Amino acid sequence: MNARLSVPLIIIAGWCLLAMSAGVLPLQPDTIILEKILVPPEQDAWLGYDDLGRSIADRIILGARTSFIVAFVVVTISMMAGTLVGILAAWFGGWFDQFIVLIIDIFLAFPGILLAIALAGLLGPGIMNAVIALSVVGWVGFARLARAQALTVRQREHIMAARALGSGTATVTRRHVLPLITAPLIVEATFAVAGTVIAEAGLSFLGLGVQPPDPSWGSMIRDGTRYMLVAPHMVLAPGGAIFLVVLAVNLYGDRLRDRMDVHLKQPMSARKTGWHAGDHP
Amino acid sequence: MMRQVLSIYEPVASSGYHGCMLNYLLTRLVSAFIVVIGVSTIVFLLIHIVPGDPVEVMLGEVAGPADREALRISLGLDLPLWQQWTAYLYQLSHLDLGISLHSRRPIVAILAERLPATVLLAGASLVVTVIIAFPLGILAAIRRNTGWDTGAMIFSMLGVSIPNFWLGPLLILVFSLWLGWLPVSGYSGVASLVLPALTLGTALAALLSRMIRASLLEVLGEDYIRAARARGLSPLQVIGRHGLVNAALPILTVLGMQLGALLGGAVITETIFSWPGIGLLTIEAIQQRDYPVVQACVLIISLAYVLINLVTDLLYAGFDPRVRLGR
Repeated sequence: MNARLSVPLIIIAGWCLLAMSAGVLPLQPDTIILEKILVPPEQDAWLGYDDLGRSIADRIILGARTSFIVAFVVVTISMMAGTLVGILAAWFGGWFDQFIVLIIDIFLAFPGILLAIALAGLLGPGIMNAVIALSVVGWVGFARLARAQALTVRQREHIMAARALGSGTATVTRRHVLPLITAPLIVEATFAVAGTVIAEAGLSFLGLGVQPPDPSWGSMIRDGTRYMLVAPHMVLAPGGAIFLVVLAVNLYGDRLRDRMDVHLKQPMSARKTGWHAGDHP
Repeated sequence: MMRQVLSIYEPVASSGYHGCMLNYLLTRLVSAFIVVIGVSTIVFLLIHIVPGDPVEVMLGEVAGPADREALRISLGLDLPLWQQWTAYLYQLSHLDLGISLHSRRPIVAILAERLPATVLLAGASLVVTVIIAFPLGILAAIRRNTGWDTGAMIFSMLGVSIPNFWLGPLLILVFSLWLGWLPVSGYSGVASLVLPALTLGTALAALLSRMIRASLLEVLGEDYIRAARARGLSPLQVIGRHGLVNAALPILTVLGMQLGALLGGAVITETIFSWPGIGLLTIEAIQQRDYPVVQACVLIISLAYVLINLVTDLLYAGFDPRVRLGR
């Protein structure tokens, strides 16, 4: 594996490891130390303390766990639902396909983050509702991509051969269609992870995602903006964490795309998808 | 994406220029209309996803049964769903968005107050985007594989990965609190517009500069560019008259589509800077449980986005025969 691909991967793996070990590490995200309120980074707390005297480093690690779990769940749901819908539309064609395309067009007519904010706002604050809101927005991009890919694959000779040999729809889809359209879907999923991390933090920033006292990168930034002049580290640390993760995931997606040689009719960056690096709050 | 440039001159004239355009126009208008109905329907359904009784949630526990019944009737929640839906669409067609529960004023009047701020911010962000993206993208394309190219693409990657809700506070920290050059927030004059526009425009600029570079690189290899060079045109003339013009279509497509992201992003950016536009109104309405206003905000921003995309599509078709001929 070359360095272009492995450097972002190492950063991502490092974060994942940190997030997964959050339950094992001796973290004290809710321990309030009154004399440490707003204390900047120092020897034994290298990211300093927040407005309640809690360790920012500990809260960032726990925030990473929440953020990654949400991203993983949302992207998994979106990818499975979207791919299923897209393949079914391409396979059956006719009015069913027309109907699905219309639904996709309608969902794409909403700016993604706006619909997510409204959904999360109406459903009420909380992490579950944030996951629902983000998934409702997220499936569309996958559906559109899967449909377009399945349409081009459908006409290939080996598919016709498989059908002529009597394979059923399910078998043909699983064994002959899915493997051919996986590469672009994986690239899309990578960008979707970056988009979801930002979107979840955005919802929490607005007070619609993770609720206090549970730590979340978005709500940490929001809390920090009130003390920016006296304690800029409260904003710099969680924001830097999001930035580093999203940057690494985007870089990885970019390079994965080059490596997997995913050629789409339009460049990835030019398509309107449910979640995309550019479509961020 | 091979450019079939010569095909412009081919059978357009014989197949009837105006007939084609009219056909395209009608198809596009009908599909936009259907999407508008669909968007309105989803916005209509939003009130029904509120868990429990929306009236209860909106009024809180202090309201008496009479008040609840009144609100239920005024929102039409006592009718069957399909009647509520047709009534909603009927009201929409008469530009009636209902009454705000919080201020008791017509929502259309509230939106009219807030719209100019959002339009101003979106416009300024677009200016920021263009000012950053074009020089950067062009530079990266003509100095391909040099330090300039790398630098521009690093900026692009950073710009795409930095969330608005971090960039905004960072800009405030540096330019307002440390340097004291610009106001922290508010809506007063050009100075207060700079930071929100920068916040909102950076991500779009990052994306667009990549797109400009890619489109230009695709075009710069074409024969007509070599021909233009051979005729002795200066590099600027070659890029301006032959490069950008032919690369314009994908660039404008991205710009049109990403305007939706920009409008959506305005919700968070306006919140950071207390910018009194539709975005801030959305958040205020969510906090006040003023759900009809939330619906109206989502509706107006989404409809604006549909309209922008319709206009840009029609413009391309007007400029580029390849689009309306479906090539």
